[in-house]
Order: sequence, then C-alpha cells, then structure tokens
Amino acid sequence: MERYRFLRHTADAKFQAFGTTLEEAFVNAALATASLMWDWQKIEKKIEHRVEVRGKDLKQLLSSFLEEIIYLLDSKMFLLGSPENLRIGKKGSLYVLNAFFKGDQYSDKYKIHGDVKAITYNEMEIEKNAHFMVQVVVDV
Amino acid sequence: MELKRINDYTWEIPKTGDMKVPALIYTSAKLLESVRRDMTLKQAKNVACLRGIQRKSYVMPDAHQGYGFPIGGVAAFDIDEGIISPGGVGYDINCGVRLLRTDYTERDIHERRQQLLGEIFREVPAGVGKGGITRLSRNVLLDVCTKGAEWAVENGYGTREDLQRTEESGRMKGADPSHLSPRAVERGIPQLGTLGAGNHFLEIQKVSEIYDEQVSRVFGIQSVGQILVMIHCGSRGLGHQVASDYIRLMENKFGTRGLPDRELINAPIHSQLGQQYYKSMSAAVNYAFANRQMIVHWVRNVFAKVMGSSEGMNQVYDVCHNVAKFEKHRIDGKDKEVCIHRKGATRSFGPGREEIPEVYRSVGQPVIIPGSMGTASYILVGTSEAEQLSFGSTAHGAGRVMSRHEALRRFRGEQIKQEMETRGIELKSTSWKGVAEEASQAYKDVDEVVNVSHKAGIGKLAAKVTPIGVMKG
Repeated sequence: MERYRFLRHTADAKFQAFGTTLEEAFVNAALATASLMWDWQKIEKKIEHRVEVRGKDLKQLLSSFLEEIIYLLDSKMFLLGSPENLRIGKKGSLYVLNAFFKGDQYSDKYKIHGDVKAITYNEMEIEKNAHFMVQVVVDV
Repeated sequence: MELKRINDYTWEIPKTGDMKVPALIYTSAKLLESVRRDMTLKQAKNVACLRGIQRKSYVMPDAHQGYGFPIGGVAAFDIDEGIISPGGVGYDINCGVRLLRTDYTERDIHERRQQLLGEIFREVPAGVGKGGITRLSRNVLLDVCTKGAEWAVENGYGTREDLQRTEESGRMKGADPSHLSPRAVERGIPQLGTLGAGNHFLEIQKVSEIYDEQVSRVFGIQSVGQILVMIHCGSRGLGHQVASDYIRLMENKFGTRGLPDRELINAPIHSQLGQQYYKSMSAAVNYAFANRQMIVHWVRNVFAKVMGSSEGMNQVYDVCHNVAKFEKHRIDGKDKEVCIHRKGATRSFGPGREEIPEVYRSVGQPVIIPGSMGTASYILVGTSEAEQLSFGSTAHGAGRVMSRHEALRRFRGEQIKQEMETRGIELKSTSWKGVAEEASQAYKDVDEVVNVSHKAGIGKLAAKVTPIGVMKG
C-alpha cells in the first residue's frame, strides 16, 4: 500500500494518507506533512520527542497531532524522521494520541524545501473502508 | 450556482436559503472563469449565512478558495449581534506589504544591483527553519506583541516617521499578549525579524508607469525609473498558532454542528472567547508590524553600505491584508461601528478618513498590491466609493490559479531564474523548489486584477512597478 498521495488544490497542499490501521494512517499523514518541508527519509534519528495530544473527535486529534510537527520545527528546529509507537485511545469523551517523534536538529546538512503554516479542517476526511484513509489540506 | 451580472466588473449571488445577505463579486468575465472552478463562490455564500453580517459578503478580484472564508473575502459584522472568526482573518495574521521609496534611479544602482540583492539576502533571514538574529526573552516577545512596530523603533529599527506611515501606526491598541498560548510565544521567539518562506518576498523594484501623477507624488513616487523596495511577509509561526489555537478553543466551546465548513467556526464578538481572540490576533498583528519594521531597517543599512547613503528611503506605507478590525461605516444611512474581516484584502479608504496618515488624507490611502514572482506590482489609492462598494477594501495580490504541486510538475526553479535573468531580473532564493512553486504562471494575471479594482472603483491605479531584484523566502 502506498503511504500517501498528493491531490490537486488551488492554493494549498492536499493529501490522502493510508493505513491498515488508523494509527498507521496517522503515521503516514505525519510523513506526508513532513515531506512538504524536508525529505524525512534522510533525517537521522538522533533525538526523540514524546508527543501527547488530545481531541474531542478524530479530526481534532489529527489536526493537533500534525500541528506538533510544525510546532517542533518552529520552536525547537526539530526535523521529524519518523513517528514511532503511535497509539490512539480514549480517555472519557476525549481521544488521546501518544507517540515518539524520532528525528534530528536542523543543521546545514539538511535541506528544507517548503513551509507548512498550519493544518486546516478544510476537506478533512477520516474514512474506514478496506483500509483507513485520512485526507488533509495544509496551509502552505 | 445562480450568478447575476450587475455590470462588467460586478456579479451577485442573490440571497437564497440561509443566506442573510447577497454575495457580491468584483471580477471580470476572464477572472470569473477561474473563480468558478474552485470553491470561492460557495465559500462566499457560506460567509453570507453568518450571524450579524452587514450589507453583503464581498469577494475581491484576486479571490480564490480558502478555508472557511475565501481568500479575497471581506465581511463586516454587527457589534452586538455579530461574530468574529479566525477563519475570516486567516492563518497568517497581518500578512502584509511594506513599501519604501528611494531617491535612486535604475541607472544609479545598475552596476551594483547584484551586490545590493546579495547583501540583502545575507542581512535578512529567510526560509524555513532560519531563526532571527537574536534570541529574545519571553518578556521581550510580549513587549513586541504589545507595542508592535513602536517596539522596533524604540530599539533602533527605523524611525518615528515610519510609524506614521503604517496602518494603525504600527500598533493595534487592543492587543493583549497575555492571551497567547505558550506555544504561540515559543514559535514567535526564534522567528522575529525573519521573512519566512512560501509566497513571501522582498523586491528591489523600479517605477515603470505612473497613471496618476498627483497622487503618486504625494506618495513620494516622482518618476519612471525610480527605485522602490517592497517587503511582503507576516506574523510567522506565532500568528499561525493563534489561528489554530482559537479555532480549537471555539470548537470546544461552541461545537461545530450546523456549520457548513468547520473552518467557519466563530464566536460572538462580545463573548469572552471572541474578545480573547481579538486581543491575541491584535498581538500577532503587532508582531508582524515589528517584523517588517526590522527588515526595513536592514534594507536601509544595506543601501547605506553599498550605495553610500540611505537618505530619502522613506516608507510609503505598510498595509495588512489579513486582519479583523473595528471600523465605522455608513450603513442604511447611519454611521455604525462594525467588526470587519479582511482576508486577503487590502483596506482602501478614500480621502478624509481619520485612519489615514495626515500626509495622505487629502488623496486617500496608499494600497500596495504585489504581483507574483517576476511580474509587475501596483500602487493604488483608496476611494470614497469603496467605502460604499466594499467597506473600503480591494484586492491584495495576484491570487493563485494553479496548485503548488502542479507548478512543481511543470516548472523548474533553475529555468525560472534563467528566464527572469534574460528579462533583467536578479533572483535569490533559499529553495529551487520554492521558486518553482511560485512561478508566475501559477497565479492570476495581476494586471487584470488591478484593472478590475480600478474599473469597479474600489481602488484606483496610481503607479506600476516592475522588479529588478527578487529575494524569495
């Protein structure tokens, strides 16, 4: 199964990410987001950030989760290489996601080729058919 | 969708269903083709359904699909009944344009234009992941968000005169950074004084045509060939975080049921959350004003170093094109204060408005409309008619027509640079991919956009400028 695919959108970037589980689809959505800014396959896994986000529904959870990538870039110059041990559960009425972001500090050896300003709800979809699919438009 | 032609430059979506007012689109037959292809008109209709909307949901000539509100959307809301919406301002709060004039001519700088651009590229941090020059403390950042460009001037960046020639004098008085989330502050600290990436740029330009001599002279633009510097950037990660934070807070407080689009989430203006958003948004506006003020200072330093002097490099004006403000407008024969949202739209007040700096009050507000990379940009002047036609608003740029993905497939950054060089335009960028994404073919024709503004009367042409040197973030 392909991890993610980009679709047409006038001004911004729109992608679908896939997975046999919801967790896998979230991981691939994170990689799709990172791919708009750097080549995640080339990032060494030297640093680890623990990520915990909550959402009142899955869409809010997805948007908060993806926002971690840009937050960590802007505030800590951290480049995500891969999200690991991603788990989604429920605490009362809230969805809770835990994961470890492995990656590296930005330095001259890495090339950044684009910017993601924000994750939007525009045309956001989370679907389960034969497998899971999440669709996201990000403001670039 | 039913679309009624009012005249050559104005179309209307009549009020139907849940719409509280009609939607009005300033466009031309040619521009309308691309507007009809995406979600712009549907989004303008959605805006017309929001509580307390006044007169009409307006769409500017450069409009394209946004999230919630269209980019190029203008809407005003009743203070008591109405709402304020982060989606009506956009993620890049106070994305805006600042214009500097100079006494130099094209001939003066010709030999040294590469050096000028190279030095500016070194002095002004740009690109993703590039921090500003100083690591600020949290308290200093909060001070920046309270005082805006005033903070920058107090700290040696630019002059008092610059402040007078900035929208809101470079400082939104309602700002209260105590409502910013720790994350917004953390994202803001390393990025103050940076250009950013995406469609943000800094250009050395020459005046190529003057349409209105009298108005242009008041703005400090005297002759064809005169050199200007244009800066386009915004509030960086801090502003983006404010938008994301308040969208989430508003959804949690008010729920998303009944909204045609989740990004239309809003709060009553007088609610606690509505007020907190306004104060935080204003803090982000101030951050962006300070940001552009610092960049202007570095540009002057480069000219002083390379050309020997930065004398005469006065600011023409600084406009913000993603913002919500409280303004007085004449509605149904009465002066009324409204909360106006301009998302990808420039204020274009006509002569006499007290918000305009005294030096320009007799002619109207300078409106700065940047084109796409390598194409012309325009200086317009606000009109009194615009206040009736569009709550004193016009376009903000060229507006995209092609996705970045498609642009990347079709164009190569290196080729674009070569092609620009044959037209006498130098280009410096942090990323080839970024250059390809911003190819001018991916944008609407800015000439057509400003022509519609002029013909519709929402902003009149004063002068045309073309780039000589482009620095892309």
